Amino acid sequence: MKQQRAIAITGGRLVTPAGLVEGTLRLADGAIASVGGDVADGDEVIEAKGQLVTPGLVDFGVFAIDKPAFHFGGITRAGLMPDSSPPLDHPGSVRFAAQSGKPDFWVHPLAGATVGLAGQQLAEIAMMRDAGARAIATGRGWIADSGVMLRLLQYAAMLDMVVVTHAEDGWLAGKAAATAGEMATRLGLPSAPAEAEALAVARDIALAELAGARLHLRQVTTRAALDLVRAAKARGLAVTAGVTPAHFMLSDLALAEFRTFARLSPPLRSEDDRQAVIAAIGDGTIDVISSGHDPRGPEDKNLPFADAAPGMAGAETLLAMVLTLVRDGVTDLPRAFDLVARNPARLLGVAAGELAAGMEADVALVDPERPWIIDSARMEAQAGNTPFDRQPAQGRVTALWKGGVRISR
Amino acid sequence: MTSAQTPSSHTRFPAGGRAFPHRDLIAIGALATHEILYLLEEAEPWVAFNRQPAKHADALAGLTIINAFFENSTRTLLSFEIAGKRLGADVVNMHAAQSSVKKGETLIDTAKTLNAMRADALVIRHGSSGAVGLIADKVDCPVLNAGDGQHEHPTQALLDALALRHALRERGEASSDGMMVGRTVTICGDVLHSRVARSNVLCLQALGATVRVCAPPALMPLGIEAMGVEVFHHFDAALAGADVVMMLRLQNERMDGQFIPSPREYRHLYGLTSKRLALAAPDAIVMHPGPMNRGVEIDSDVADMPGRSIITSQVEMGVAIRMACLDVLTRKARRIPGWGAKDSAGEWV
Repeated sequence: MKQQRAIAITGGRLVTPAGLVEGTLRLADGAIASVGGDVADGDEVIEAKGQLVTPGLVDFGVFAIDKPAFHFGGITRAGLMPDSSPPLDHPGSVRFAAQSGKPDFWVHPLAGATVGLAGQQLAEIAMMRDAGARAIATGRGWIADSGVMLRLLQYAAMLDMVVVTHAEDGWLAGKAAATAGEMATRLGLPSAPAEAEALAVARDIALAELAGARLHLRQVTTRAALDLVRAAKARGLAVTAGVTPAHFMLSDLALAEFRTFARLSPPLRSEDDRQAVIAAIGDGTIDVISSGHDPRGPEDKNLPFADAAPGMAGAETLLAMVLTLVRDGVTDLPRAFDLVARNPARLLGVAAGELAAGMEADVALVDPERPWIIDSARMEAQAGNTPFDRQPAQGRVTALWKGGVRISR
Repeated sequence: MTSAQTPSSHTRFPAGGRAFPHRDLIAIGALATHEILYLLEEAEPWVAFNRQPAKHADALAGLTIINAFFENSTRTLLSFEIAGKRLGADVVNMHAAQSSVKKGETLIDTAKTLNAMRADALVIRHGSSGAVGLIADKVDCPVLNAGDGQHEHPTQALLDALALRHALRERGEASSDGMMVGRTVTICGDVLHSRVARSNVLCLQALGATVRVCAPPALMPLGIEAMGVEVFHHFDAALAGADVVMMLRLQNERMDGQFIPSPREYRHLYGLTSKRLALAAPDAIVMHPGPMNRGVEIDSDVADMPGRSIITSQVEMGVAIRMACLDVLTRKARRIPGWGAKDSAGEWV
């Protein structure tokens, strides 16, 4: 479906990387025609009535293609993790995944780094790139063998693709379902020290530097690991870091009463680490906030805590949680949309994620104040496994365009 | 002065409140001190009862108790079974090895199945922390936790407290209010993997005791000092002046070099020998939840030391405690006045 008629969104506050702009956003032929200009003759005029006009969100690192949930959350593109069954470790499956959301949702598959995501044998990454893969990911786990990891990073550097890693030392983490500390001790849950993350981050940074590769740590959730990322950036390395809202909204206190919706990977951390994540968002150490969208039904979640599958349905709540950071003064609106749209789009190398002329017309209309209650029983997602159940939130998407075409919900 | 004359167990719970308002017994951590003391008081008559030749009551006649054990057990299962039968209930045991769990049925479905069979109480042991609470949410009858993963084993902590109380009473040292203020208890062994340790820490602290835990670092959970215990890695130091020494069983699978080098090495550092026991307070009491690894965590002469070891008393108290818990938790269903709700005419229903 192509955009037929030019659209002018007027009367809104346009969120651009340079700041908020009053004026009209024009979309024509599937692209952004002008930012802050005037309405042209023949335009379909949309009255924004003071709402925010923002880029569609680019959700970097999701585990399911769940269009209703993504559209609810204002997400128009997603980087799909390779951990499907069978995994995205083959050009054919990548090509299929890349087409699976079109036309109203674009999926950017992340190529599985190793065959079967087993961490041993490099997958056919160049062929997957040519089939539509936008980056390489190790999947839910790390690559334990540092030799394999180095060769992967060297290969990725040659192909100029970013490598997305899950930074958790698998030997130390073992079967842990929680971070070692008072909460895990009281609940008697298998746990691993938070240092499992810093160990893996330190190794991956060292190997990426050696290989001259671009490294994206999909979730950095501890103070120690964030310090390592901060230092690597200061040295000028091509290292970026991400996080999901769970790790800046919640600490491991959320595990109380064995709530499996709070069973995540990496597990929720201490309050001190949560504060460190917030500080890292504020000072720019964290580049990307993604939903980690991983809808899991009762067969995966209605189990004893350690037996339950990790993961949360996060697509619908991503924007509201990021707007919380804006209200709390951790960051401002332009920077917030860098975190959820512009930076991930750049990692994927796609011309989207910001309101600028020539970019793909992926646009959302957002009422940043609109209050609502997150309710796991009434979500658009395939499953309602949100750790924010019953929590009040503010900020909702009221209209969404993909490539200049309005998405009806 | 009246407080000294009135049996304190009558006044401990808030006026107008319920003595034990919980439907289930899942965790010591969910109980107030007066509720723990109430269960201990309720067990006392059953201790005497169990010492009679004819030990059969009909308090729970007609009720069905299902012991659903998803993890192997001999003594706890037997103890619950005897407790139920002595109270006159029909007791059925479900072993996981023979159950549909092996056929892939989910825990929730198993719980619903047991519920549909209209059990009047479920006694559940499961290898995963929180699993018993999960089942309790899905059924209509009282649920007793017989051990869930590394979380809690509440009846073990209660029976340990009762055994300790009896031992102190025999020595004329028991406090009249049932509390253990001023006592120091050292718990030594695999604290990391022990639900017995967690429940005992909470129970003993609720009763006012000072609790020390002792283990090599690999078997000590991180952050346990936040539970208010004193943490030791050197057994001799942990023993100094202790009134009670509670040894934990070392699981065989922990002795393979991953956690400790060997059973011999473990005994070298953490085995309770008579020589080590001498470091504790004079006449210190020795406890062990069983089954023991004689010659590993505890030497035979210590385990069998008359007047000091109360290990067999712990087993005896276990039956009484479980009888008390089954009795108290089924009172609502049995419509004991004061334990249900009043109808519009003010009658207990």
